Amino acid sequence: MIQHDYHNHQDCFHLLDSLSDYVDGELRLELCNEIERHIADCEDCRIVVDTYKKTVYLYHETTAEPEIPSDVRLRLFRRLNLEDFLENSVGEAQE
Amino acid sequence: MNQQDRTEAEFSLEALQNGDQAEFARVVEAYSGYIYRLALKMLHNPQDAEDVLQDTFIKAFHALPKFQGQSKVSTWLYRIATNEALMFLRKKRPDPVSVESPQQNNNDETARPLQIVDWCCLPEDELVSDEARKQLDRSITQLPESLKLAFVLRDIEGLSTRETAEVLEISETAVKTRLHRARMNLRESLTAYYQGQVPESV
Repeated sequence: MIQHDYHNHQDCFHLLDSLSDYVDGELRLELCNEIERHIADCEDCRIVVDTYKKTVYLYHETTAEPEIPSDVRLRLFRRLNLEDFLENSVGEAQE
Repeated sequence: MNQQDRTEAEFSLEALQNGDQAEFARVVEAYSGYIYRLALKMLHNPQDAEDVLQDTFIKAFHALPKFQGQSKVSTWLYRIATNEALMFLRKKRPDPVSVESPQQNNNDETARPLQIVDWCCLPEDELVSDEARKQLDRSITQLPESLKLAFVLRDIEGLSTRETAEVLEISETAVKTRLHRARMNLRESLTAYYQGQVPESV
């Protein structure tokens, strides 16, 4: 009957401040449990937690291995006077 | 995390300090892709990113005799690149950009969720469509610089909180605060984008 007393915005905000550590698996267990108890009852917070998690997931998921275009790499080595060390791998693109 | 496989190659500190070109070329080979990606995320323009990339390695080469190996080579390069990118932005735009004081985003409002729409369960192919990927990039461009740096270093480059703190020369607590604000900010931005795709009945 009184469970809604818990759902005032200050509590939500306080919990959401720990979200980053929660998503990174760095939050203390008691606080994780507190968040999980809270979102079981608070639909708005549940949505925020899920979309926050998904946001982080999407950036991780869509980050590819770093790539440097071969012409950019070539110019970099030239600027550094390191042409002699340009290995044959992707450095073959000529201007 | 999928991007944590940035391995720290072994380099000879002595050779680097002595300005050994072959050893430095190995460093350039190993990290130029990462530095270029960081510069692109910060500057959103391939030509500017290339300038920062070149300036970073030129600065690094000149600073080699003083490099003591107290931080990893990658962390050291990220720090130089970050400073170069910020200097570049400062030159391009007269208003101050500071890593130390993110005053443009210092109020609590930035970490408060505003939009509550459940777009989590959209199909994966909609979440990562070509158009959605462009939106992911656009959303990063809208972040204030100090938040953007914390986010790019942690969530794109995969640095640890400690490494990010070292690169930005701020406390780990400050890194965490900025990362959280950045992620909240991006969540808002993605919510605005994806909400149109959520069926009414959901």
